[in-house]
Amino acid sequence: MSDPMRIRAVANGDKVEVKILMSHVMETGQRKDADGAVVPAHYIVKVVGTCNGREVLSADWGPSVSKNPYLSFRFKGGAKGDKVKITWTDTAGEQRSDEVSVG
Amino acid sequence: MNTRFAARLLYTMLASGTLLLAGAVRADTSTQDAIAEYREMFGDDNPAELWQARGEALWHEARGPQKANLEACDLGLGPGVIAGAYAQLPRWFADTGQVQDLETRLVTCVTSLQGIPRDDFLKVKFGDGEKKSELEALTAYVVAASRGKPLTLPLKHPAEQAAFDLGKAVFRYRAGPHDFACATCHGEPGKRIRLQELPQLNTALGAREAYTHWPAYRISQGELRSMEWRLQDCFRQQRLPQLKFGSEVAIGLTMYLAKTAEGGVLAAPGIKR
Repeated sequence: MSDPMRIRAVANGDKVEVKILMSHVMETGQRKDADGAVVPAHYIVKVVGTCNGREVLSADWGPSVSKNPYLSFRFKGGAKGDKVKITWTDTAGEQRSDEVSVG
Repeated sequence: MNTRFAARLLYTMLASGTLLLAGAVRADTSTQDAIAEYREMFGDDNPAELWQARGEALWHEARGPQKANLEACDLGLGPGVIAGAYAQLPRWFADTGQVQDLETRLVTCVTSLQGIPRDDFLKVKFGDGEKKSELEALTAYVVAASRGKPLTLPLKHPAEQAAFDLGKAVFRYRAGPHDFACATCHGEPGKRIRLQELPQLNTALGAREAYTHWPAYRISQGELRSMEWRLQDCFRQQRLPQLKFGSEVAIGLTMYLAKTAEGGVLAAPGIKR
C-alpha cells in the first residue's frame, strides 16, 4: 500500500495555493539492478486535483518526474473550508487519493 | 625560465586540465548556489515529511508480539517524551548500561516494548525505494520534534565522556588502503569532494552546520538518510571496513560530532543535494 500524500492548501485572496508531496518510487524502467536486470517501470501517469468535486488540475506525467514528487499549483475560485482532493494513478494501475480542507 | 620550457609547461597544463581549475572553482560556487536555491524552493516542503508521517503512525500503532505502541519509549527525557529528546542524544541509559544514539535507543524500545526481535527490525536499516525502513521513519519523527532546540550534551556520565574521547580519537585515526582519517577531509577548512564543500567537523561552526541538518532527505537518492547511514557511508568512502550499526565507534563518532556542535540549533531533518 502506498503512503499518504502530504497536502497543504491555503486560500490567499481569490486564489488557493496547493502544495503536495507524494510518496512514490517513480521508477523509469531504464535502470538496472545489481544483477543487471531491468528494474520495471513504475511511475505516476496521471494527477488530478479537484475542489469540492470540480476539477482544477489534470496532469499527464511521465518517467522524468523525480522520486517522491513535489507539486504546487494555484487555482481560482476556492475558499476556506473547501475540500481539495488529489488523486494519482500509476503505471501499475494503483490509485491513491487524499483530501484536505483549504485553510 | 626559457621560452621553450614555458611553452611546454603551458601545453602540459592545458593537456592535464590544471588551467581549468579556475573554471572549476566558479562551477563550485554556482553548484552551491543552485543547491541552496533548490533547498529554498522546498522551504517547508521537505520530502522528509513523508518519513515523519510514517514514523508518527508507527509510533502510535500497537505492533509486535506484545501488541504495544512506542508511547512508553524513554529517549532520555522520560517515557513518551520526544520533544527535545534528540537535542540531548547520544546519552547514557541506566536500563541498558550503555551510551546510545537515537537509532540504537529506538531499537531498544522496539525490542523491549513491542517484543520485535532486533534482527527483524533491522532487516532494512537503510531504506531503498520499495524497501522502506521503519527505523528511518521513526528516527525522522523523533528528530523533527527537536527542531529549534539547541544541542545540549553535558557529558556528566563517565561513559559519555569515554564515548566522546573514543569518537575524537577515531576522527583522527588514519587507516585503510588510502591511509585516510575523517580528519583528512573534515579537519581543515576549504576542502571539497567533487563539487561539494566539506564542513570542518572539528570546529564548532563546521560541526553545527553539518550535525544540525542530519538526518536529511538526500535529493539525489530520493531517500531520508540517518546519522548511522551518513557515518557508514563515510567509512565506505574512506575504504575502511564496514562500520557496524550501533557500534561503540559509530556512537563515539556521533557523540564527538554532537558535542563539538553543542549549542547549535537543530534544523533536522534537513535537505541535501
